Amino acid sequence: MNMANTKEIPLSRSFAQRTQAAPAAKLAKMSARDVKVYYGEAQALKGISVDIMQNEVIAFIGPSGCGKSTFLRTLNRMNDTIEGCRIEGEVTLDGKDIYDASLDVVLLRAQVGIVFQKPNPFPKSIYDNIAYGPRLHGLASTRTDLDEIVEKSLRRAGLWNEVKDRLQQPGTGLSGGQQQRLCIARAIAVSPEVILMDEPCSALDPIATAKIEELINELSSQYTIAIVTHSMQQAARVSHRTAYFHLGELIEVNATEKVFTQPEHELTEAYITGRFG
Amino acid sequence: MNTPTTTTPLDEGARRQQLLDKVQKSLRRRHAAERRFRVLGLLAVVAGLSFVAILFASILSRGLPAFWQSTITVDVFFDPELIQVSAKPLQGRNETPAAFRERELAWQGELAMVNWNRILEDSVIAQRPELAQQRREVRALFTSAEKFRLRDRVFADPGLIGRTVTLDLLADANVDVWLRGNIDRSLPDSQQQLKPEVRALADRLKAEGMIAIKFSTALFTNPDSRSSPASSGLAGAFVGSLFMMLIVIFLAVPIAVASAIYLEEFAPSNRVTDVIEVNINNLAAVPSIVFGLLGAAIFINWFKMPLSAPLVGGLVLSLMTLPTVIIATRASLKAVPPSIRQAALGIGASKVQTVFHHVLPLALPGILTGAIIGVAQALGETAPLLLIGMSAFVANVPATPLDQSTALPVQIYLWQGNELRNFFEARTSAAIIVLLGLMISLNAFAIWLRKKFEVRW
Amino acid sequence: MSNLMLIAVLLMLMAVAYQMGLTRSRALATASGARLHSRPGYYGSLVALWCGLPALLIFLVWSWLQPALIRAILVAELPPEMASLGAQQTEVLMRRLAAVASGFADPGSVLAYESEIAARMQRLQAVGQMAKMALMAVAAVLGLLYARRRIMPELRARNQVEKVINITLAVCSGIAILTTIGIVLSMFGEAMRFFTFVSPVDFFFGTRWEPGYSSTGSGTTGSFGLLPLLSGTLLVSAIALLVSVPIGLMTAIYMAEYAPSWFRAFAKPVIEVLAGIPTIVYGVFALMVVGPFFAGIGEAIGIQIRATSALTAGFVMGVMIIPFVSSLSDDIITQVPRSMRDGSLGLGATRSETIRKVVLPAALPGIVGAFLLAASRAIGETMIVVLAAGNSPQLHGNPLEAVSTVTVSIVNQLTGDTDFASPQSLVAFALGLTLFVITLGLNVVALYIVRKYREQYE
Repeated sequence: MNMANTKEIPLSRSFAQRTQAAPAAKLAKMSARDVKVYYGEAQALKGISVDIMQNEVIAFIGPSGCGKSTFLRTLNRMNDTIEGCRIEGEVTLDGKDIYDASLDVVLLRAQVGIVFQKPNPFPKSIYDNIAYGPRLHGLASTRTDLDEIVEKSLRRAGLWNEVKDRLQQPGTGLSGGQQQRLCIARAIAVSPEVILMDEPCSALDPIATAKIEELINELSSQYTIAIVTHSMQQAARVSHRTAYFHLGELIEVNATEKVFTQPEHELTEAYITGRFG
Repeated sequence: MNTPTTTTPLDEGARRQQLLDKVQKSLRRRHAAERRFRVLGLLAVVAGLSFVAILFASILSRGLPAFWQSTITVDVFFDPELIQVSAKPLQGRNETPAAFRERELAWQGELAMVNWNRILEDSVIAQRPELAQQRREVRALFTSAEKFRLRDRVFADPGLIGRTVTLDLLADANVDVWLRGNIDRSLPDSQQQLKPEVRALADRLKAEGMIAIKFSTALFTNPDSRSSPASSGLAGAFVGSLFMMLIVIFLAVPIAVASAIYLEEFAPSNRVTDVIEVNINNLAAVPSIVFGLLGAAIFINWFKMPLSAPLVGGLVLSLMTLPTVIIATRASLKAVPPSIRQAALGIGASKVQTVFHHVLPLALPGILTGAIIGVAQALGETAPLLLIGMSAFVANVPATPLDQSTALPVQIYLWQGNELRNFFEARTSAAIIVLLGLMISLNAFAIWLRKKFEVRW
Repeated sequence: MSNLMLIAVLLMLMAVAYQMGLTRSRALATASGARLHSRPGYYGSLVALWCGLPALLIFLVWSWLQPALIRAILVAELPPEMASLGAQQTEVLMRRLAAVASGFADPGSVLAYESEIAARMQRLQAVGQMAKMALMAVAAVLGLLYARRRIMPELRARNQVEKVINITLAVCSGIAILTTIGIVLSMFGEAMRFFTFVSPVDFFFGTRWEPGYSSTGSGTTGSFGLLPLLSGTLLVSAIALLVSVPIGLMTAIYMAEYAPSWFRAFAKPVIEVLAGIPTIVYGVFALMVVGPFFAGIGEAIGIQIRATSALTAGFVMGVMIIPFVSSLSDDIITQVPRSMRDGSLGLGATRSETIRKVVLPAALPGIVGAFLLAASRAIGETMIVVLAAGNSPQLHGNPLEAVSTVTVSIVNQLTGDTDFASPQSLVAFALGLTLFVITLGLNVVALYIVRKYREQYE
């Protein structure tokens, strides 16, 4: 009966890919335990517990305001920058608590990169955009090293061929989709272990979206990726596992095909069948 | 497409660890830089705060003592022997005002002829008979305007003649300076302002309690004075400033609000409107002294308006305040959401009705705040007033906006340049306290208005 | 009847007219049963306007023309021996006569012919006043009657009243333009008069400023070189910017990025107090506190620092501009979108790295604009330099020495007792024109840059 409900979601391609790229080792890269987030008095997350496995792509879906983006941002402490935001619970990266006082948030963010909803290239050249992270962290000791990192990152982001002749031109001059791939390249350049993506395609057209999705599939061989999306089709296309959030709670997390074909919870079913959202 | 070079997981892990080590290594330096930057920012804020603190502390510490002055308490005997004047004239039933005025003037003339100094001296000697030989020194203790105060008292109430009244009279400025130690007491006689006898007398009377340092209202009630610095006050400057502020309030504010309403609500968007807009923005940044030049050339030299008059000062300050108030008013009109206008227009109100019945009342707090800030700015302005002759010494309280006058900030300018440094340094600071007090009250009023009527969307 | 009374009576008349219009329109509506085009109040307003405006116009025109008219009559009637006087002497005579007529002259010294002409003047003035009153009364009554007769249900009273309001508003916004024109014309006109005495080349490129003193007609006696003043102005402004830009910018950054909200709520208004303090207060502060302080420091470390110097004036001016710079910078820094900041922080940059490497470069054009605005402020500032710069118009670049500036010289040249028509006074306008052009130029460029910058993020 569930198949009938979700027949409009093109799952065939993603199923095939997913079986090939399924995570080899069942190792929790990051795990959250009973995470609660408050903005002032309002509670945005009501105790989230989930594991993010090594080299998997996990999608967070749910209606707007359900806390999926908030949760994503707790994973590299971007919520620290918001005044009045308070976090309880435990988030670990490779078993180490990332909210521990001894942990350096700079180091954390070098390991857990993030790509935002709206492409946000710096008003600098394409080269300087990519080189920004490596320069900060001192990853390249020579100019050639840096050139190499820039090229490698751009290649991985599938942007190299498009921009190799205009590396010194401003990154803001690229098209929306190119800008977003530039931002992904910028995140890759510091060699993170986890990449968080906060609705990376919501500001892009379908063609640019397809390119980014392809990119996510490729990156999943080397990186652990958590992606927030409002598009169920996208979640189905790119992710191995899907977590469904509802009003600050994690309702269900399971293999993507399971979530979309046999949701365990009626709220999830209601959402994926389009009864609200 | 670009397939990443295949690396075994082990290689990849090692490479990542290597990179992490690099990041780790940079951390200490970067966090130190972070701390330095932060401390720098804090230092800048602290510097700004301490400038405010130093400014206010130095002005208060210098100025506050000037509100207290050396005062000589004397039982003044209005000796009928010395005050030999006819009865105060009363207006006769059939007398014309002019004739009465003439008789009154004559009587005033008689009063002016009385030797008031002698009355002062006699009154002091009556209390301290041992000073009978030191009339000159006794007289030197009083600031010269006090004898006129005696005269004015009799003028107001001739019944005083023959009676004894205990009065607090201001000591001479130099006596005040000496008694407070504002001049180096060890300086040789040649460098002292007062003769040794007067200094000794002042010290003695102070020890005996006849001279005391008391709160004096002279600073508020008297106009400026050159001959009698100790009794110089801000009354004239205050009234001059008041006239100018009234002109600004009744001229600049309505015009500014009207033009802001026009530009924001009615003006078609065309070249002319653009020019006016750019013009107003630039006018706001024209140095104030240029407005003074404008006043000197146009109001004084072309229109032959009187020099030093609050009317001209008010006009110049009005022109200067105009852009400030226009910009503030436009900002608060802009803050009224378009939905209000659409709602009013939608039920059939005309454009004018919409603006005057719906938009203006909502923008009013912002407009008032802007107007008050503009007035406060005008109140503190000095430079343009100097150019229209307001730096002249004026010993009277102006009665109309066409009379000669100074203004509070100009009075500060004049006093800081007075040769009697030891005395006027404190008095200048006291005048500053009065000016700042006024400005702070104005601004506090503006803040209160904004808080009280603030509309949040 | 004094002018004030006249206006008061006119206002009362307008109130009456308003009432008449109101009742008449109501009566018409009930009588004819027709629906009024506008609300009765508008008919009232229309009648009041018809009653008041023409009379007011007459009042203004008459008041403007009357003195000149009377003067012309009197000059024509002057006794023959007076008729040959030059313009200057006639002017003096007329002032004297006006004084006699208003009763302010010393009664003993009035000559017979003077009091005669003065009496004539008084009579003329009285006649003029009467005529003005009569004309105004006629205009008011006629206007009232005309407007009242026009009242009909279909009269579009609201539209007409609104038109008057609209025109009034437009005229008001024209005053700002008039002010600018006034500034430019007066400045330019008087400066041109100055350049008939001194050649522009000598003025703009002269290296000596010694205007000297002069009375009417003695011509050029001093040298009027702008450069020493300009160098002083630039020196003081540069010091002011050196103080205010780093402190103001860092304050803005700290407030926007680091300060906890309680601290911001306290510190921001306190620092903004600095912007509200009148410049004369800064001047006195510089003279009494800062100057002696610097001189003391100089003594302690063995170099001579004058109490009134470019350093003193510039430093205090810098303090004055701090809130100006910081609030401008604050606006500009907060214009940089949050996503830019997040992008940098998300890559693991520290806050200061984010500010220095992303926010500030992105905000640079805006900050340059703010810097120019601050410079224009500093260049036009007067009272601080009048009191604390030492007034020594020498061409040198030593901040520890006294200097003079363009604004100081304007004040000096126009506050003395020199004749207005002498180059010593007129030079103030040439200086003013220079100042106006410099500050205006800086301002136009700055506003342009800032606007371009804003558009970039909108």
